[in-house]
Amino acid sequence: MSDTSNDLDWAAVRGLFPILSEEIGGKPLVYLDNAATSQKPRSVIDALTNYYEHTNANVHRGIHELSRRSTVAYEDARARLARFIGASGPEELIWTRGTTEAINLVAGSWALDNLREGDEILISSMEHHSNIIPWQLVARRTGAKLKYIEMDDEGRLVVEDLPKLLSSRTRLVAISHISNALGTINPVHEIVEQAKAAGATVLVDGAQAAPHRKVDVQELGCDFYAFSGHKMCGPTGVGGLWGRKELLESMPPYHGGGEMISIVGRDESTWAELPHKFEAGTPNIAGAVGIAAAADFLDELGFDRIEEHGRDIVSYAVERLNAIDDIRVFGPNDASERSGVVSFLMGDAHPHDISTILDSEGIAIRAGHHCAQLVMQHFGVSATARASFYLYNSREDVDRLAEGLELVQGIFGTA
Amino acid sequence: MAGPDPLKVTGLMTEPSLTSLYQQLILEHYRNPRNKSVLEDSTVEAHVSNPVCGDQIRVMARMDGDTIQDVRFEGQGCSISQASVSMMTAIVKGSTRSEALELADRFSEMMRGSDEAAADRSMGDLRALQGVSKFPVRIKCALLAFDALREVVGESRSAPPNGNRSGGGGRALRQPKAAH
Repeated sequence: MSDTSNDLDWAAVRGLFPILSEEIGGKPLVYLDNAATSQKPRSVIDALTNYYEHTNANVHRGIHELSRRSTVAYEDARARLARFIGASGPEELIWTRGTTEAINLVAGSWALDNLREGDEILISSMEHHSNIIPWQLVARRTGAKLKYIEMDDEGRLVVEDLPKLLSSRTRLVAISHISNALGTINPVHEIVEQAKAAGATVLVDGAQAAPHRKVDVQELGCDFYAFSGHKMCGPTGVGGLWGRKELLESMPPYHGGGEMISIVGRDESTWAELPHKFEAGTPNIAGAVGIAAAADFLDELGFDRIEEHGRDIVSYAVERLNAIDDIRVFGPNDASERSGVVSFLMGDAHPHDISTILDSEGIAIRAGHHCAQLVMQHFGVSATARASFYLYNSREDVDRLAEGLELVQGIFGTA
Repeated sequence: MAGPDPLKVTGLMTEPSLTSLYQQLILEHYRNPRNKSVLEDSTVEAHVSNPVCGDQIRVMARMDGDTIQDVRFEGQGCSISQASVSMMTAIVKGSTRSEALELADRFSEMMRGSDEAAADRSMGDLRALQGVSKFPVRIKCALLAFDALREVVGESRSAPPNGNRSGGGGRALRQPKAAH
């Protein structure tokens, strides 16, 4: 293959994803909406089917054989994902519905318990709404103040401002690892180091990073790491919160219900040990099995290769798009600072019109504010068109995108 | 969707429905919108938005009894939403409430695929939007202007000139719904 960026046969990898042979209006699908959700390989689909065909029962409570099997599958999956992100043990990995719930768990449990009036929460203007709104709610309830790290013209965080933004009042820094709207890879190490030196607790939103690069929470040095299964080849409705054990142990439960208790009395109850303290109700067992299969799939390909291939595709995309008249590409110019996302505007064609026209060519992109309205405000736009890539995309997909954009120009002309 | 299409848009062969969607008249209204300015002496106005995509429309009208004496709009969004509101304002200026509501109903019928509604000359330039009915995810874009129109000429009487009264036809300003 012309775009082979390493020893893997990426065309064969693409063949492992059944949905990618779909046709849209008679044209082969080019799926470029991966920052929203990724497609699933056969192995993940099979793991889900296999679970329901041979294992399904509720976990942690039955004496019967199927319950034993499902409990083993569920806890094996936890141990698998704990290894996947470099946790020191499975009890540090709390299953959630995804990144959003993981962040809300920290907001509802740790933050409400620890923040007071006068404390400060530092986030950035690059965040997804799921890493803004929970902190606005916490700020409203605790009297804490929300502060922002700003972006520069290329959509990179102005980390030089950190020393004046951080102080002993800063209790929490919550920052995305990679921007969903721009693809900017943030200098998380540097931010964590400075935040920790100021005495803050640090949460990293890893929704866009976990699919694309090897995450090692110990090495990052943060306190919480949130991620979603569906963006990394896993099923929807499952994700995780990693937290330092001593922090998680100090935190009150998030949801109350079955599964999370030890002894229940009429007025008081005691909580289950980690991680079950945070997992009230019947969990998404099949989801856990599915995300573990996704972790196996990604590790088998190898993140070194995935990252290298991703860099090749995204830098080729930026190059092709920049060659089009009247196009404005957002985000870092240096391809090494960008992961998987190209946000752009073209002439006076609105992103929704671009998206509709591309859809008629079988090309799926996203148009809108990408749940990052503060990013849109920063650049003074109401929406962008966003092509986002993943391991099964090829240079040919980028060529199809560029051809589709010529069609947009044919209809809208150059303003 | 199948079959070759004889139509060409600026020299490019396109999907039939795509050709019908992006009529030149739509792009013309998008680029040169009619009645796009603030109406200083408006008596009613409505602010509608689609939080999913960020399209926003603010329609301002000056009512004289039952008649829309003047109507203007402000807005931002895709070609369909902005052409739709431009075309709508051009038609309803001088209309009565019931005529405006009839137009809104007629337009909804066209969006549901009615050929009869699409052939109705009273729809004026709005007929160019007929192709939108073939694009289910874009119908809401075209209807947004009429959500605003319905609010402006709501069943009850108009708000007072400096109207901060809720109720009545239209409101002083309806905040856009919170986006997610």
